[in-house]
Amino acid sequence: MKKSSFAQKLMNAPYIIWSVLFIVAPLIMVIYYAFTDSTGAFTLSNIAQIGDYATTFVLSISYGAIATVICLLIAYPFAYFLAQTKASFQSVATMLVMLPMWMSFLIRTYSWITILGESGVINSFLGLFGIEPLQMLNTGGAVILGMVYNFLPYMILPLYTAMSKMDKSLIEAAQDLGCNKFYCLRKVIFPLTIPGIASGVTMVFVPSVSTFYISQKLGGGQITLIGDVIEGQFQTAYNYNLGAALSLVLMVMILICLGVLNYFTDSDDDGGVLI
Amino acid sequence: MTKTSPLAKLYIALVFIFLYAPMVVMMVFSFNSSESTYIFEGFSLQWYERLFHDKVTMDALKNTIVLAITSAAIATILGTLAAVGLNSMKNKHIKSSVMTVTNIPMMNPEIVTGISMMLLFVFAGAMFSKRDVLGFGTLLVAHVTFQLPYVILSVLPKLKQTDNKIFEAAQDLGCHPLKAFFKVVFPAILPGIISGAIMAFTLSLDDFIISYFTNGPDFQTLPIHIFSMTKKRVKPDMYALSTLIFGAMFVLLILMNVAQSRSDKKQRSKGDK
Repeated sequence: MKKSSFAQKLMNAPYIIWSVLFIVAPLIMVIYYAFTDSTGAFTLSNIAQIGDYATTFVLSISYGAIATVICLLIAYPFAYFLAQTKASFQSVATMLVMLPMWMSFLIRTYSWITILGESGVINSFLGLFGIEPLQMLNTGGAVILGMVYNFLPYMILPLYTAMSKMDKSLIEAAQDLGCNKFYCLRKVIFPLTIPGIASGVTMVFVPSVSTFYISQKLGGGQITLIGDVIEGQFQTAYNYNLGAALSLVLMVMILICLGVLNYFTDSDDDGGVLI
Repeated sequence: MTKTSPLAKLYIALVFIFLYAPMVVMMVFSFNSSESTYIFEGFSLQWYERLFHDKVTMDALKNTIVLAITSAAIATILGTLAAVGLNSMKNKHIKSSVMTVTNIPMMNPEIVTGISMMLLFVFAGAMFSKRDVLGFGTLLVAHVTFQLPYVILSVLPKLKQTDNKIFEAAQDLGCHPLKAFFKVVFPAILPGIISGAIMAFTLSLDDFIISYFTNGPDFQTLPIHIFSMTKKRVKPDMYALSTLIFGAMFVLLILMNVAQSRSDKKQRSKGDK
């Protein structure tokens, strides 16, 4: 018995050392840089400067929230319908949903410029009917589209998993007891898929709020999100301290949002809380 | 037997069109005979040809694969050991705090993970008064770190499914614990280890954000190279490159699916007996 506990320690040690060094220590570094100046002396001026970026934070969180809601609205019926198709189709379809996730998101985002641009695919098509080119690129809409496009699979997969695990006899029972389709969706299907919704929302919201490439390419410099500001501090302005302070605030804000989400999704006795 | 309505089928098709439209566009324009990514002027393979002669891109591709294989191998070994250790850990308090730390890289925005590691490396570099710390080593550490939770979380469920009594029985029958592990536990958790390793490998291949903050000038990966290329006006060679990556990923995914369905069948036939 003692032997195995020593072996156990031996197995745990490398990982625990690794995670202290490369997960915990880097986060401590963020806090350290956020509260010091370039000479390493303690200061609150980085945190005080955060106020200047309040509108950027608000814009990022609203864009992230809009993209998340759109993803949920697209993915929910998709996952629901998919779970009802033939099993062989389901496995092919989930594979096709996953495939884009493994392709360079940079290029996938960039190719929307080919589609949305002034002389892009859509405008050339509209031009055939004599319609003036539309300004689609470099707008807030294009940035949100980019987010929805990039992160939609992350919403579909957990929802689909929740839907396919669902016990179909529960729905049949509800219908037998005189439940109409809408009521059945609200009282049976929706509560059963709340864990899927929660993980989907998390997986879309976090990368949307913190993105910088999507806003740079599809927003064309017109739209600056908090990810752009942080990236700028590290890659062009070289103000690591302000960048660290901004990251710290971003991290705390996301944690608060996720905490709120968990608070609502954990109370599973009444599924109606979110609506 | 299928009760899918035509409307539902249409909806599924529309979502797939949305997901694949940019990729179709990209593939079409990769065969363009002119430099434009807007107007298709004719079919040609010139961009593919140029791609294979582009030394920078080929070097970046080589770097990406080297990094992905090395980091996935380290993460798989470390992660499997950690999962085995965690599974047999009796102190619940330590166990739950280790699991919380494990989840941090998955929950944190990638940009924060990236800059936090960059700050650590820069700080450590300054401490040892070494400039230009960022390079292959830092990329490797960063990649292993963000892959670890995925490996652990794909091995842990398999460990929970294996009956610990078999492991104990093997030892009672005179098997050395190490041998018992490799003869009894290891085969049972192997599918979890393999899927964890594949996940780690593909995550590394595609990672841009974390690599962006932890890479150095003399070791560029493909996503970093693509990023610097898309800063300028993109030529169809980037689309050709992505089409090739798409093809490779497609093949990999099919292979994984086949392997998965085979192991499922095996398990089912085992269950029948």
